[in-house]
Parts: sequence; structure tokens; C-alpha cells
Amino acid sequence: MNNAIPATLSYFPGCSLATTARENNSSLVAFCRTQGIELIELEDWSCCGSSSAHSINRDMACSLAERNLSLAPPDRPLLVACPSCMLRLSQAQLHLKTDAEAAGRYERMWGKAPNRSLEIIHFFELLEHMDLERAAGFSGEGLRNMRIVPYYGCMLSRPPEMRREKNYHGLMEKVLTSLGADVVQWAYSNRCCGTFLSVVRPDVVTPMVNEIMDGAISAGADCMVTACAMCHMNLEIRCNLQQKVPIFHFSEILSLAVGAKVQNGWFSRHLIDPRPLLRKKQMIA
Amino acid sequence: MTTNPKKNNSGPISVKNADERLPIKISEKSGVIFNRCYHCRSCTNGCPFLKAMDYYPNEVIRLLQLGQTEEVLNCSTIWTCVGCNTCSYVCPMAIDIPALMDSLRQSAIAEGIISEPDVLNFHNEVLDSIERHGRTHKLEIMLRYKVKTRDWFGDLDVGLKMMAKRKLDLSPSRVTDLKRIRRLFSQNRMEQRHE
Ligand code: SF4
Ligand code: SF4
Repeated sequence: MNNAIPATLSYFPGCSLATTARENNSSLVAFCRTQGIELIELEDWSCCGSSSAHSINRDMACSLAERNLSLAPPDRPLLVACPSCMLRLSQAQLHLKTDAEAAGRYERMWGKAPNRSLEIIHFFELLEHMDLERAAGFSGEGLRNMRIVPYYGCMLSRPPEMRREKNYHGLMEKVLTSLGADVVQWAYSNRCCGTFLSVVRPDVVTPMVNEIMDGAISAGADCMVTACAMCHMNLEIRCNLQQKVPIFHFSEILSLAVGAKVQNGWFSRHLIDPRPLLRKKQMIA
Repeated sequence: MTTNPKKNNSGPISVKNADERLPIKISEKSGVIFNRCYHCRSCTNGCPFLKAMDYYPNEVIRLLQLGQTEEVLNCSTIWTCVGCNTCSYVCPMAIDIPALMDSLRQSAIAEGIISEPDVLNFHNEVLDSIERHGRTHKLEIMLRYKVKTRDWFGDLDVGLKMMAKRKLDLSPSRVTDLKRIRRLFSQNRMEQRHE
């Protein structure tokens, strides 16, 4: 995105945020509201195809991603919250732009030419565009005394055909620091969470997730912050260590910090209860 | 932890009966030119799932370079790979390893070689759920996956905890235009039959 952030964006929540990670969804909308950005949910959006479609059926992966692109109103960017939906949708859009065959197939399927100028942006792009010194709620250092390790999982990795696109390395660090948090460098910020192997091979994923949690604890973190709902879930359900630190969705901790309307319902849905920590830090009553 | 022993760890890789046909097809489908790989092992060094792979990611490419397609289609790596792009992001030759794994997996399915049936069961359940609702319904996916794998009690505690936290909804979030979604799936089945 080259220009200023428009006041209204189309919004693709994706399956996780619509269900298991509803707290991620509602805190994201709440945070955007504090920044004067209105999100309009893409009407009748469907699953982006998730890891499973491209894993076993490449054509279905295209069709499922493209259906959502075909629904996007032309006059505003499409905001995507989930990093994995973001990759699926933006890779489909890239193919429509660069591959005439893909564009022809789209046209036959959806009865119109693809909108090549549709901008698909991740939530990070909004933050990158914000003037953090002036943004609403940022002057209050709402995260003072909070020691945080940011966890990106695999969200910063992309396929080779997209490797020259913009990088967001360090973005969570920058934003959290500007809110007064004590952000710690650690070894596991880019370690994959295990995705679907968490279901199929918990024996493989549990030790990996434990290693990540151990890393957070030895870094002296009060909490972990993740920008992906699937990472959040895998870290929560697969960690079987005695000692654990809470894991926040990035949007939750942002909402807390800038004084958005926080709902207690967000935190009661966590498997690792973050409320004792938030009370200790006097961030909730 | 169970690990998958390497199939060929006791001796040199056999280079007998090199197959030319499948590597060409896989190369076309995935856009990967195998001979670009010079086995620097950057991919393998960063892959978080080596413990569950019988061949390392660069070894899969080596097998293709040597035309050992049967060995490749039978390996566990093509099923274990989650497509996290940790490898392809650092590959100095810009090789799209996840795309290669996708193509190999889909060829293995076409040939009926399923060395990790649980992974395929899971992916099938996800796609079936999308066909039914237009979105994924996690509780249903988990239950049906459990039926297929007959693993009733593994993960019961996790499931119950998620239910208690209202993370698993009983009814799905649904698309309105389900007709369109189902048509996409039936068209796809027709196209696959014609291939
Ligand atoms: S990183 Fe690339 S060049 Fe190096 S071994 Fe892996 S695929 Fe081959
Ligand atoms: S994409 Fe596959 S091979 Fe590459 S690092 Fe991830 S799991 Fe390993």
C-alpha cells in the first residue's frame, strides 16, 4: 500500500478467526476502531483453502482462493488477518496478475476479468503505515513493565516467487516497544508451530512447542505475542509443560495497550489463562 | 517419539532403473528445475520436521535428480512437509520446495501410494468440510478424523478443554451460496476424471 490507510477496508476474517479464535477477530476490529478504521466483512466469504487444498488438490486451492477475490468490492483494499489466508489469497492474486492462463480460467469460472488492481493487505501493513508517535492510544505506554517475546512462526516466510515483496521483520518489536513494552530477542520467533501436524502427529509437535515455550521462559518473558491464530492454538493445546506463560493474539495486546473496549470474553477463551498476569500488571481489574 | 527410519540408510542410494518420465512431469507441475539444487542443505538445516521424515528435503530432490521416483513417491517426507516455506525462503537457488512436495504428494495420490494415510485423511476431512459448509468446521473435522483413524481417546483431554473454553463450536459457520461452492467441487471431480 503506497497511500494513506483508507477509512474503510474490506475484511477477510477466515475460518479460525470466525470460530476458534473469535477473540482474535473481535480484538482486531476493536483495535482498528480506535484508529478510525472501519472493517467491512467480505460478504459471504468462504475458506481460503487452508493448507489442505494446496496439499492435495491444486485446482481446488485456486478456485477456493479465487472465489473470495471475486467477491471483493473493487474500490477498497482487502484486509486479511490470518497470515496463512493472506499467503493463499495473495499468491492467487499474483498468479492472476502474471499468468494469462490462470486469468483466463478465472474469467470462465467467475464470468468477469480478475481485478488486477485489487490490493490485498495484511494487518501488519496497517501498523506499518501508522504514525506510532501520533496514533490514538500510543502515547500512554500501555505495556510498560510487560516483558514480551514476539512470535512470528512461519508468517514471514514466503515462496520464492514472492520473495522480493515487502518484509515485516521486526514489526511486532517496533510496535510493542513504542507501547512501552520490554521486548526480548529470543531464538524461536520464526520457528514453525507445526500447523496440521498438531492434529496428525502430536508426538512430533509437542516437543517442538515445548521447546518454544521453554525458550520464552528462559528469555524471562511474561508472555508471548503471536499474530497467527493457528500458532496461538497449537502453542496452547500442544504445550504440556508444567510452567507456561500466557500467549496473546497481537490484536488483543494492542487493544489492551491503546485502551480499546476490551472484553473479558477474549481472555476467558484462552487455554493458558492470561488474566492473573493482566491483574498483576494492573491491566484489567 | 517415533521417528521414521531412513529407507536407504544402510548403504548407497541405488541409481538403477532411472525413471525419466515422472521427474519431467513433476518439474512441469511444480515449476522446479531439479538440477538447480546443489545440495547446500540450507533447506534441510532449517526444516523443523526432520524427525518425522525418512528423507531430508534436499534428499528428495537428489532422488528426483537420480530418477528414483518410486522411492520418492513412497517416502514420508512428502506427507510430513507442512509447506511452512522455512526452506524455500532461504534456498539460494529459489527452489520452491513446498510446491515440489505438493506436486509429489498429488502424484502419489494419483498412483494410490499413500505412505502416511493419517495426513491424507486429515486433508480430506478439511476439504469435505469446506464442500459441506464453504468453511471449515473444526469439531466435525476432528470427530470424523477420529472415526477414520480409530483413535478415540488420544486427544480427548485437549478436545474437552477446547469445548470448555467454547473454542469448538457445535454448529458450523456457513457460506450462504453453498450451491456455488458445491459446483466448484463437482466440476473439479469431473476435470480430475478426465485427466
Ligand atoms: S537450499 Fe536449495 S539449493 Fe540448497 S539443498 Fe535445499 S533445495 Fe538445494
Ligand atoms: S516447507 Fe516442508 S520441507 Fe520446507 S521447512 Fe517447512 S516442513 Fe520442512
